[in-house]
Amino acid sequence: MADMPQKRAHERPLSPHLTIYRWQVTMLASITHRATGLALMVGALALAWWLVSVSNGPEGYESFMALANTPIGWLILFGFTWSLSFHMLNGIRHLAWDLGYGFNKVTATQTGTLVYVLSVVIAVGLFAFVWTGHGGYLQ
Amino acid sequence: MSSLQTPLHKVQGLGASHSGTGHFWRQRITAVALVPLGLWFAFAIVGLAGTNEVAILSFLSHPWNALLMATFTTILLYHMALGLQVVVDDYVHRAGMKIFFFLMIRFLMIATTITCILALIRIAAST
Repeated sequence: MADMPQKRAHERPLSPHLTIYRWQVTMLASITHRATGLALMVGALALAWWLVSVSNGPEGYESFMALANTPIGWLILFGFTWSLSFHMLNGIRHLAWDLGYGFNKVTATQTGTLVYVLSVVIAVGLFAFVWTGHGGYLQ
Repeated sequence: MSSLQTPLHKVQGLGASHSGTGHFWRQRITAVALVPLGLWFAFAIVGLAGTNEVAILSFLSHPWNALLMATFTTILLYHMALGLQVVVDDYVHRAGMKIFFFLMIRFLMIATTITCILALIRIAAST
């Protein structure tokens, strides 16, 4: 019944889910990829808000900065930064798989661990870079 | 490349997802495009961090930067819509709810894209 996928003739058994399997790097990376993707949806809306605030002139921009330039604002911006780092690195890992590379069980686990380590290093590195006054080079 | 679909497949419809491999392929194309665009975005945001509104306005009103930001936001939001659709596909099983969420995702994508581009036009016009 390919044309009516919503109609179930029988209650079929479901495949084992999260609570059944032992946690592994590969499955954690997969879940994190989706979670960071959802976080980046909020990030994309924040980016749109930032553009609108800049287009609204000095007062509009000040109203954005009044919220962004707070401890919670920085924490959220760090969350977006790490999410983008992770989602991009893991996305490249996915694209490599699509080309047929890195499917080996050991390799997939190693690249998964690498993505976690690199994404944290990049996110912390970028924040340290800005915090030590190296940002703002486009002025 | 002309087409990977056989004529038979074309007349049989587009499978259980009703959209064939189009979604998968667009998700990959937008992903590839977002790698260099995302790196440019990171370069731009870090370069503007700690500056003021004047610096941001002058950067975003430059035609190349405006074009890159418009491209980045448009492809980002399209990639976002494709990704959200997969999440709905995975967790929402009732046909009516599915269509409702798909519509909401598309409205969100289109409204946010137009918002970003209008903001960039206003920024370009303000300087």
